[in-house]
Amino acid sequence: MRLSYPSNIRIVKVPCTGRVAAIHLLKTLEMGADGVFVAGCLEGDCHYQAGNLRARKRVAYVRQILQSIGLEPERVAMYNLSAGMGVRFAEITREMTEKIRQLGPNPIKSAGAMKEAAA
Amino acid sequence: MIKAKPKPIEEIIHEIKDCSKVLVVGCNGCVTVCEAGGLKEVELLTSALRIYFMKSNKHMEIDETSLTRQCDKEYLQELEDRIDRYDAVVSLACGAGVQLMAEMYGDKPIFPGVDTCFIGITEEQGVWTERCQACGQCILASTGGICPIARCAKRMLNGPCGGSENGKCELSILVGRDVDCGWHLIYERLKRLGQLQRFGQPSDDKDWTLSRDGGPRIIVKEDSKV
Repeated sequence: MRLSYPSNIRIVKVPCTGRVAAIHLLKTLEMGADGVFVAGCLEGDCHYQAGNLRARKRVAYVRQILQSIGLEPERVAMYNLSAGMGVRFAEITREMTEKIRQLGPNPIKSAGAMKEAAA
Repeated sequence: MIKAKPKPIEEIIHEIKDCSKVLVVGCNGCVTVCEAGGLKEVELLTSALRIYFMKSNKHMEIDETSLTRQCDKEYLQELEDRIDRYDAVVSLACGAGVQLMAEMYGDKPIFPGVDTCFIGITEEQGVWTERCQACGQCILASTGGICPIARCAKRMLNGPCGGSENGKCELSILVGRDVDCGWHLIYERLKRLGQLQRFGQPSDDKDWTLSRDGGPRIIVKEDSKV
């Protein structure tokens, strides 16, 4: 299809989004990612029956945690699409990138930069 | 098992905000089962705290570990040679674990990371309900295996009371969810067991000194002592 999507997206493959735990999402932000989204299969289409539904709940949980530590919950998101929806994937990555760009960089990076500047 | 729920992160942040080195300690016992204070929750809490303090541009070192149990000295001793490195400890154990740690490490502030709730069971993954209040004198033999102390809001020994309606406790309105009337459950169960004659004779008085009325309790099993 020769579709392009933003080059700043880094893909981490998992066998099923049911494998994605809350800590994986939180760690990405702790390590400095500006945002992270989980791309699960369409609801009702999970090969393992409920992996994507579990992922959705975990994403919601992580968003709650972000809220309580004062970080924008929108930095973590859940999308559902099938393996055949390449156009939609490109669209989602652009949408997510744009959303994160509006939120700005992960504040822990700028805090670190300030510390380095002070040193 | 003992059931607990994680404390709001804001509350923990408030407790440790003036420290610069904190150890978060989980417990692999009861609180792991109810997903409140096991290694998984330790990792989540530490990560969230790290993000918060990095974001706030405050230098804070947060380490994590989890012990087999926190209600036994042997396991808490594992912290002996490293606890001095920290300004404070956040313990995700139940209230018993937090207190034993505070007893063992007298000069170290120990903050609870969970709210300890009750002795209960797993209804389904993610749902836990209360079953026992550790009253010290089990009466389940005469109540069809359903505890009126834990499951009746009034802890009545001879129920149900007038507040029981269609098998639900009048407390349901107050708490906003259906609460089964413990005595209704007992009635149904005794009926099934053919033991309804139990309702013909009132329960004997209960010795509440064996419960909390007798102050903090102790069990001594001489043959187990070394």
